[in-house]
Amino acid sequence: MAILGAINPMLTVGLDGDNAWRLADYVKRDGYSALRRILESGIGQGDVINEVKKSVLRGRGGAGFPTGLKWSFMPRAFPGDKYVVCNSDEGEPGTFKDRDILRYNPHAVIEGMAIAGFAMGAARGYNYVHGEIWEIYERFEEALDEARAAGFLGRNILGSGFDFDLFAHHGYGAYICGEETALLESIEGKKGQPRFKPPFPASFGLYGKPTTINNTETFASVPYIINMGGDQYLEAGKPNNGGTKLFSVSGHVNRPGNYEVPLGTPFATLLEMAGGMRGGRQLKGCIPGGSSAPVVPGPTMMDCTMDYDSISKAGSMLGSGAVIVMDETTCMVKALERLSYFYYEESCGQCTPCREGTSWLYKVVHRIEQGKGRAEDLDLLSSVTTNIMGRTICALGDAASMPVQSFIKHFRDEFAYHIENRKCLVPVDVQRAGSGFFTATA
Amino acid sequence: MLTPESLKRIDREIAKYPADQKQSAVMAALAIAQEEQGWLSSEAIECVAGYLGMAPIAAYEVATFYNMYDLKPVGKYKLSVCTNLPCMLTGGVDAGEYLKRKLGIGFNETTPDGLITLKESECMGACGDAPVMIVNNRRMCSWMNPEQIDKLLAELK
Repeated sequence: MAILGAINPMLTVGLDGDNAWRLADYVKRDGYSALRRILESGIGQGDVINEVKKSVLRGRGGAGFPTGLKWSFMPRAFPGDKYVVCNSDEGEPGTFKDRDILRYNPHAVIEGMAIAGFAMGAARGYNYVHGEIWEIYERFEEALDEARAAGFLGRNILGSGFDFDLFAHHGYGAYICGEETALLESIEGKKGQPRFKPPFPASFGLYGKPTTINNTETFASVPYIINMGGDQYLEAGKPNNGGTKLFSVSGHVNRPGNYEVPLGTPFATLLEMAGGMRGGRQLKGCIPGGSSAPVVPGPTMMDCTMDYDSISKAGSMLGSGAVIVMDETTCMVKALERLSYFYYEESCGQCTPCREGTSWLYKVVHRIEQGKGRAEDLDLLSSVTTNIMGRTICALGDAASMPVQSFIKHFRDEFAYHIENRKCLVPVDVQRAGSGFFTATA
Repeated sequence: MLTPESLKRIDREIAKYPADQKQSAVMAALAIAQEEQGWLSSEAIECVAGYLGMAPIAAYEVATFYNMYDLKPVGKYKLSVCTNLPCMLTGGVDAGEYLKRKLGIGFNETTPDGLITLKESECMGACGDAPVMIVNNRRMCSWMNPEQIDKLLAELK
């Protein structure tokens, strides 16, 4: 099923049939009409960018940067090669929305990228697809073939004189390639190590040419914005938080999956759509924006609405919209240990504070979890995080530090209990029952 | 040392990039080489590098950086299990333990008959389907409870 639930959806409307991802079905849903209208009615590049600005579409990959503003940074009158790149390297733990967009509505991404190419004067694009979702990568290649055959990609699109071609590039297992400049290095056939900024990709991007990188969901939203108009798109969400957004709900809920709701929807509503808490248990904590976002205690989360501003006020980030739900059976030390291992494993090794610091973070959280923690360990962790943050080329070091800081801040007693008593506050058999693995067949 | 079919597939990848940027095809070319040979030997990496006109060390850097490339032989089937937090909450770690017990091996080990290599993996971007695992980097298996795992193992012959 494409989507488990929605309120006033756009991106996920009409995706239920097996062939919904095909070009013919997309065209029936009004697909490629935005691109057609732009090319046939002589709408200018600046008009398209203004419409996107008006919509207050904010980057759906995690940073929430206004898309229209980003597009306006491109030197569109610059005569040489320019690129648009889609970041489908979805590897942020908790996030699995782009996979479903590519699986069920790939042509919306293609059309969005073609419109972006037109608006920014780029004739070529790449979609970088997470290597782990191979079947989706192959499907996207097939969708590209369909679009080329129908004349929506290639030379002289719809007889307008506008050329745009698009190709898929697959990753092969590196979280860091979700960072936009690491992703560019990776397309260039190198290790995915982030670049210093500035220069920003808009002036020095892929192959050294002006490049704009947006997330899959961001590009997929563009045709809908052009069709309904920026103002109406903005109204579908709330001020400063335009439109609807896909939320990936995972963890201790009855129906994990993707949900499309207007920005500003109460968290409680989203939780209810996801079937509520498993076994009617209490919400202990929630990571509202993917593993890099600070954890929010259950009661605070229940008062939040799902938009950039509300989640930021609660001390976290909306990020990619990955909502990781943890109930009372979760050992917060173990949860943090697993995240810290992930960042240690995925640090690209380029900057010393991150390479060494993520290793320290993991080792210290691990020893607390193993019942070998020392009284001074919580202060030590805090000192390591402050020595990583702001001292690295990219945000991975910060992303590794924020969970550590927030887990200790909000669940300090549980960490202290672990150090003092050398075991989990939540009994191991309770944790195990919480995962539901062995009861699945019982 | 790669078959003409593999080279043809690599040519299709090269065509995606500007003519002077053949190196961009290295990730796909290494994946194709691994698909053909089961793993990436130094010879295979050098062959890919030579075909793309890049220094062998540059291709080797790529092969060692991305974790879906196997630089040592693996079993006929490589089973990668995600144990990251969202998966862990809904049984990813338990699924890994279950597989270890069933197969009598640990992570990064291969069954004595050379059939299955077990790997612990990082986020596959499918957390809603947890527990999830991938067979040979290609086929994702969702909602793998004990019964589903038993079925999958029976199928991997």
